[in-house]
Amino acid sequence: MGSITLKQVRKAFGEVEVIPGVDLQINDGEFVVFVGPSGCGKSTLLRLIAGLEDVTSGQILIDGQDVTHAAPAKRKLAMVFQSYALYPHMSVRKNIAFPLKMAGMDAAEQDRRVGHAAGILNLTDYLERRPGQLSGGQRQRVAIGRAIVREPSAFLFDEPLSNLDAALRVNMRVEISELHKKLATTMVYVTHDQVEAMTMADKIVVLRAGRVEQVGSPLELYRNPANRFVAGFIGSPNMNFLEGEVASRMGAHAIGVRPGHFRMSTSDGLLPGTVGVAEHLGSDTFLHVDLDGGTHVIARAEGEFPVHHGDRIWLTPQEGRIYRFNDKGLSL
Amino acid sequence: MARKVSDTRRWTFTILAWGVALAIFFPILWTILTSFKSEADAIASPPKFLFFNWTLENYAEVQSRSPYFRHFLNSVIISVGSTLLGLLFAIPAAWSMAFQPAKRTKDLLMWMLSTKMMPAAGVLIPMYLLFRSSGLLDTRIGITVVLMLINLPIITWMLYTYFREIPGEILEAARMDGASLGKEILYVLTPMAVPGIASTLLLNVILAWNEAFWTLNLTTSKAAPLTTFIASYSSPEGLFYAKLSAASTMAIAPILILGWFSQKQLVRGLTFGAVK
Repeated sequence: MGSITLKQVRKAFGEVEVIPGVDLQINDGEFVVFVGPSGCGKSTLLRLIAGLEDVTSGQILIDGQDVTHAAPAKRKLAMVFQSYALYPHMSVRKNIAFPLKMAGMDAAEQDRRVGHAAGILNLTDYLERRPGQLSGGQRQRVAIGRAIVREPSAFLFDEPLSNLDAALRVNMRVEISELHKKLATTMVYVTHDQVEAMTMADKIVVLRAGRVEQVGSPLELYRNPANRFVAGFIGSPNMNFLEGEVASRMGAHAIGVRPGHFRMSTSDGLLPGTVGVAEHLGSDTFLHVDLDGGTHVIARAEGEFPVHHGDRIWLTPQEGRIYRFNDKGLSL
Repeated sequence: MARKVSDTRRWTFTILAWGVALAIFFPILWTILTSFKSEADAIASPPKFLFFNWTLENYAEVQSRSPYFRHFLNSVIISVGSTLLGLLFAIPAAWSMAFQPAKRTKDLLMWMLSTKMMPAAGVLIPMYLLFRSSGLLDTRIGITVVLMLINLPIITWMLYTYFREIPGEILEAARMDGASLGKEILYVLTPMAVPGIASTLLLNVILAWNEAFWTLNLTTSKAAPLTTFIASYSSPEGLFYAKLSAASTMAIAPILILGWFSQKQLVRGLTFGAVK
């Protein structure tokens, strides 16, 4: 079991209110991702759940039990840190066994669990090494191993992949997703990378300035963003926003169009503009277009699309793919 | 990229470095040489450098006149004792200042250090009177406590600096893993800070070993360490350079040997955190 409930959880550091009050339900077995720009309070929220920070007010329930003031170790949660936070003076085996040793488990059971975790994470050959002798990806696996052996009711990940290089990050992303499938344990994952959020999450929680902007499945957020912030944050490249006459003609303060939702023509269309940079990625071409009104937009075209810097182009948003927002930024 | 250094430059700096090193070491070398001279050779003018009658009579004389071993033992007890006692207070203090800092922690650290700036002579009389009335004069425990108090700011500062180098996330991980505060300090913090603790220990043993002001003023015989032993040779009977040198050599030899064997540890500890 591993359901987590936050009731009006508030956190202030002195005068500064970091989290003004969050209500959130995380169900057993879910993979929940907290995503948002840096400084949005996502890591603080995770640390509040972990018990590494004290809540200023509000309640945290794990499996229905109030753990608001319980010590971190009493919450049956395991955490994987951004810096891995391995114990440098212990071997991999001792690192993974540390929480079991702290729990006073007998040596045979410790060995069995460490062996099991090492098997899952391909660490069996590295058990006698020190963390300093491992690569970044291996260290991250040891940190995950240390979390697995405790058989926690939920895993907390604090930007676990941001210290890895791009290629490794993609691999580890898949590994963590597979691990979630295998263990079927609740996972709460913090990241600023919306691609990680989209690819891994069952449920995404978008945060801004300590407030929950929207909660939903990746595709829900992609298709029905609650406001301009969520619309702009989810999806890569970011959604384009157009204001002024185009928008008011559609009865909105602003409209949003994703880069892939433009029809492009070199002769006619709704929005005329000039191609700035054309990024040819092979499968796609991203066109940076300066519209005649002065707005800068990005449009996605097919890989072979024959335009170059300085060419005239006309963009027409596809019917039914236009997001409309009012003057407060809320979806219409 | 390595910088190109011309041969002349290299030679100039090598000679200069050796020169400075010799100048610094010269007093110790001269003391050692003098300890093997006769009293007459010791004050000969012009001074004799290597060509004199080498003799061990000063050592024999010093041995027979005063109990070297008792002073040596006192020095060991006082320096090691005051350092260990200091660590006992400084480790928890440095832990809390490094990992649970309050608003005024920096000020507190500065204030602690400022006590080192106070001239010791200024508090000698009150300290002496306190010691006399509480019967601590010439006791090992009394002088050990005084030296501990004197070096405590340095011990705390050094440990604080080392602890600061340990990432807080590792301690948080230990907390998540179920370690109590005691276990966190025992299993995670202390092993990680061993190099720092070791060099703090070494440096403070050396400082306490060489401390002369308080040991000379608050001890006379029973608790007197080697500093008092040396001082007894600049006596009213007149100066005996050769014997004084022999006593000094015997007093500094243990700490010199300790320093020699631990120099790697000392340098590593003192430059800890300078480069990552």
